[in-house]
Amino acid sequence: MSERQFKPETLAIHAGQIPDAATGARALPIYQTTSFVFDSAEHAASLFNLQTFGNVYSRLSNPTVAAFEERVAALEGGRAAVASASGMAAETMALMTMLQTGDHVVAAGTLYGGSVTMLAVSLAKFGIQTTFVDAARPEAFAAAMQPNTRAVFAESLGNPSLQVLDIAAVAEVAHAHGVPLVIDNTVPSPFLCNPLSLGADLVVHSATKYLAGHGTTLGGVLVESGRFPWDNGKFPGMTQPSPGYHGVKFYETFGDFAFTMRCRMESLRVFGATLSPMSAWQILQGVETLPLRMERHCSNALGVARFLQADPRVAWVNYPGLPDHPQHALLMRQMRGASGLLAFGLKGGLEAGIRFIESAQFMSHLVNIGDTRTLISHPASTTHRQLDAQQQVAAGVGPDMIRISVGLEHLDDILWDIDQALTIANRS
Amino acid sequence: MHNDNSTLRDLLRQCKTIAVVGLSAEWHRPSFFAAKYMQSHGYKIIPVNPRYAATGQQILGEKVYASLLDITQPVDMVDVFRRTEDVLPLADEAIRIGVKCLWQQLGVQNFEADQLVRLAGLASVYNRCVKIEHARLFGGLNWVGVNTGVISARRPH
Repeated sequence: MSERQFKPETLAIHAGQIPDAATGARALPIYQTTSFVFDSAEHAASLFNLQTFGNVYSRLSNPTVAAFEERVAALEGGRAAVASASGMAAETMALMTMLQTGDHVVAAGTLYGGSVTMLAVSLAKFGIQTTFVDAARPEAFAAAMQPNTRAVFAESLGNPSLQVLDIAAVAEVAHAHGVPLVIDNTVPSPFLCNPLSLGADLVVHSATKYLAGHGTTLGGVLVESGRFPWDNGKFPGMTQPSPGYHGVKFYETFGDFAFTMRCRMESLRVFGATLSPMSAWQILQGVETLPLRMERHCSNALGVARFLQADPRVAWVNYPGLPDHPQHALLMRQMRGASGLLAFGLKGGLEAGIRFIESAQFMSHLVNIGDTRTLISHPASTTHRQLDAQQQVAAGVGPDMIRISVGLEHLDDILWDIDQALTIANRS
Repeated sequence: MHNDNSTLRDLLRQCKTIAVVGLSAEWHRPSFFAAKYMQSHGYKIIPVNPRYAATGQQILGEKVYASLLDITQPVDMVDVFRRTEDVLPLADEAIRIGVKCLWQQLGVQNFEADQLVRLAGLASVYNRCVKIEHARLFGGLNWVGVNTGVISARRPH
């Protein structure tokens, strides 16, 4: 008999959480505790030696946080996950666990601004160099590979460039060089896209966005496929005795979830960017309705894109969910939909764009995405402000770009607010 | 052949005495991790390793045997921490001493041995860790964020 392959709508509600062993509570209890008692000194020793599974201290693991980790691992079709205090923490831990001084990263040029800064500035401080490439061309990734390259990093759907990555092709490039492909899958969420099934090895999320979905809670998560051969000679930290954890050989001991175990015991334990149980619980409330919300985010965004495309006041619209978008076919091959994120520019340029943003009635001017509310922002002056003009162009952020994260309000009302703001923006 | 969750659960419920072939006495070796975990979850561990049997050294407080054929008590499961190419003779011995299951550990997958024991009516598991599967199905593995594949509205026990 083969195991039932449950669908994402079911996993989003059930994966990682069975009724509480102690109380029978059906909903997920919030284990708001820093620490967990040992049965004996021997039990404590076994836990610290990782010879038995259990909870010690909530910086390392916590049952409420673990339910969130397992749920996202299941939704991504991965082997295991580690949660973190934010998406940036997940990304930092993924790379810091994998890389050391002298290593090199090949990354998409069209990354979220914070990710660019992490690679180009923060990791560079520790002697880890990054080459940024044109994410539209898998051959650009191949051309940038060096003997010391140890990771390829890109977004499945770029924020805010909406660049669609050919995940399978870039995975092939990474694997030909014996290095893992790390994908930031925040914008599509695991409901719209599963990069691991297309060949990626690790996925990171800002759970703050669609996973949590309500603009209330920060969180992040890293998922591993369990399929990367960490014993290929390029990752001694995975196969040699760990100086960071009293000589454990992670790959030999934990096999297909060795990376997340090492990330937990070496990086999470040391850097301490832990997700709180309360936040994990709040994010999971959002995850339960992720499939429903994503369907509506996508249909509302398509409606907005069509409206903008037909409007004479609009210069351009970028939404890969539009059938005439140059990357629409690639998108449909890899994803169920194009998310609620879209970008556009006005014929009146930057100044009209600013007036548009300031004239909205209920669309919120802020720099989050993936909220129930419709959000608007001007990336060049906010999220991508730390980048110079050349980096902004590489990231696909022109000076006139307006980003909309289309929410779950009624489409007619969203279109009404856009229309009235366009009218005001055009008047002056 | 892939074993589903209920088959593995039944196996781990029925096989309470486990002969661990290739068990190391060194605390940081995976075989020691697994045996220690199973022992602390109520399983009787019988170490099999000629290296230690000769010196009379115990592992986890248990007498070490040089061979499966030397064991004088009933064994339910043979758990193999040896290279894939060394498993076939162990499968033959496992059948001879009348165990219920041959379990080849993570990274060990001798398909001939799998065939042989199945034809003899034994259960067979390969390329899996007995500790990890126990923790996956009976609780514990979920605490480190592993996708256990368990979907249920019943309390664990």
